[in-house]
Amino acid sequence: MHTLIENTTGPMGGTMLTADLDQVARWQQERGRIAAADEPEQARLIHEAAQRLRRSVVRTIDSARAGHIGGDLSVSDILATLYLAVLDIDPADPSRPDRDRFIMSKGHCAAALYSALAQSGYFPTAELSTFMAPFSALNGHPNRNKVPGVETNTGPLGHGLPVAVGQAIGLRLQGRSNRVFVVTGDGEMQEGSNWEAIMSAAHYRLANLTLVVDRNRLQQGARTEDTNALDPLPERLAAFGCEVREIDGHDVTQLLTAFAPSTSGRPVAVVANTIKGKGVSFMEDRVEWHHKVPTAEQVTAALTELGESA
Amino acid sequence: MRVDEPTATGYDNRTAFAEELAALARADDRIVAVCNDSVGSSNLGAFREEFPDRLINVGIAEQNMVGVGAGLASTGLIPFVCGAGPFITGRSTEQVKADVAYSQHPVILCGMSPGMAYGELGPTHHSVEDLSWMRALPGLDLIVPADRQQTRQAMRALVAEPRPTYMRIGRHKVPDVTNEGDTLVRGRIDVAVPGDDVAIIATGTLVSRALLASRQLAEAGLSARVLNAAWISPLDEATILDAARSTRAVVVAEEANTAGGLGAAVAQLVAGQGIGVRVVSLGLTEFAPTGSNDLLLEHFGLTSDNIVRVATNALEARGA
Repeated sequence: MHTLIENTTGPMGGTMLTADLDQVARWQQERGRIAAADEPEQARLIHEAAQRLRRSVVRTIDSARAGHIGGDLSVSDILATLYLAVLDIDPADPSRPDRDRFIMSKGHCAAALYSALAQSGYFPTAELSTFMAPFSALNGHPNRNKVPGVETNTGPLGHGLPVAVGQAIGLRLQGRSNRVFVVTGDGEMQEGSNWEAIMSAAHYRLANLTLVVDRNRLQQGARTEDTNALDPLPERLAAFGCEVREIDGHDVTQLLTAFAPSTSGRPVAVVANTIKGKGVSFMEDRVEWHHKVPTAEQVTAALTELGESA
Repeated sequence: MRVDEPTATGYDNRTAFAEELAALARADDRIVAVCNDSVGSSNLGAFREEFPDRLINVGIAEQNMVGVGAGLASTGLIPFVCGAGPFITGRSTEQVKADVAYSQHPVILCGMSPGMAYGELGPTHHSVEDLSWMRALPGLDLIVPADRQQTRQAMRALVAEPRPTYMRIGRHKVPDVTNEGDTLVRGRIDVAVPGDDVAIIATGTLVSRALLASRQLAEAGLSARVLNAAWISPLDEATILDAARSTRAVVVAEEANTAGGLGAAVAQLVAGQGIGVRVVSLGLTEFAPTGSNDLLLEHFGLTSDNIVRVATNALEARGA
């Protein structure tokens, strides 16, 4: 103290994780197989990857004994589809200027995001076992200064979409053709900042922006419709100027179609109807699994349901 | 630093800001401006004429404005995000915290017409909490330029090394307190006038008043050291501690709330070192009544006469 020092304990302090190049290579091979496959095979491969991501979520939350498992499981197909078939990214060069941007606005679903990033090779999958451990890079909410592939720090709700709007404007100003994807929770759409941002996205005709709402119809304490009703959500988004695509958020073929570029010159809003806790029968559509932690027996049962080989 | 008699006339920092922003933008196409319907109040009309695509007006939506700024910065641009001080800090504090400071997106937040510049419009439009709020955020620089020259220098320094920053841009005319050619260095507080009886640490609009007070004190045979605290975060602890050790009283003057502002920072620093010098903080302690900027500065004792009175009393209490 008493000297003029750079902030050493703040967001820039500590170590940034680095890529696992072997894993990047495996991820690239997997992307190649998916790109070369016909449509049903693509869907099968991505579904398989989503189930693998779900198993990673369960293990990650089990090791931390904390997390937001319900929303992690509802968003898994969305993440698997984006990371394996849509996003133009290079995990070995995470700050490449001409990359697509992905923002997980529902930052509490960090275990799913970290699993997707690790499986893409942004950092070693072994790091997932440090989730929320003391001084881990893998905080309960993502920090871009510690975790490559994280574009902006999220956690407080209603933050990701405004930043995505800025990225979409910035990319367009620089003549880049990259796209920006942002996933929000549905409860999060109760935040006014999201609607400020949607108005801007429509006003600036940000055709390079895709909003994906993980519409699992449950928020922390209750159903969205019993709390502060969002419906008719697709109509509301359309009225605000979005090109709306309402789909089954667990159907990979529908996700792939919905993630196609805008056809209207307007921002795309994908309302992905999902099931909170998807894939684990005793968690599905049950409000208590927002952030309940499974017991050892429940972990085993969940992994079995998610296709873990014995 | 010059010690010319401050005058009632002067130059407003907002005009310097607008001119400098356009000049910087001509030379560097990374520079963009973002505002909340405040093209007029942020003095961005000419910028919009010259760079229509590089002015992003998000309308009356400050949370979105700051988030958009963070997104622009993350693509490699240098956004100057402009809004009236009370709203860019108060309405969007969480965006400043999460999207700018914690995320470390190099956004330059410009609080227009800060302090009590809006006078009779009242406490809703006064930005006197901004220094406390913004100083509490790690990783965010805080700059309060005292004149047009420091305004330009701060902007140039930030374009040379973009970093998350909140800076105040005043709307009222203030006298020049620095010379062209004086340099503003990040994290360094300039000693405007040497002295060893009392130290006056002033920021922004109070610097010219502190300089005038030092002249009045000199006439009474007291030598006052005046510090122009423009770059407040990171804080130049060495210069402040040297002033506290070299004098017998410290007066801090800011057009801001005393709770958590510069005065609080100085008191915490000096007390932490066990330096037995009295630190008196001049600023606001309550919501302002109706009145012009000048009247309110007078009301809260933010005048050269009151700085002299407080400094003299502090020295007497010390048994000087």
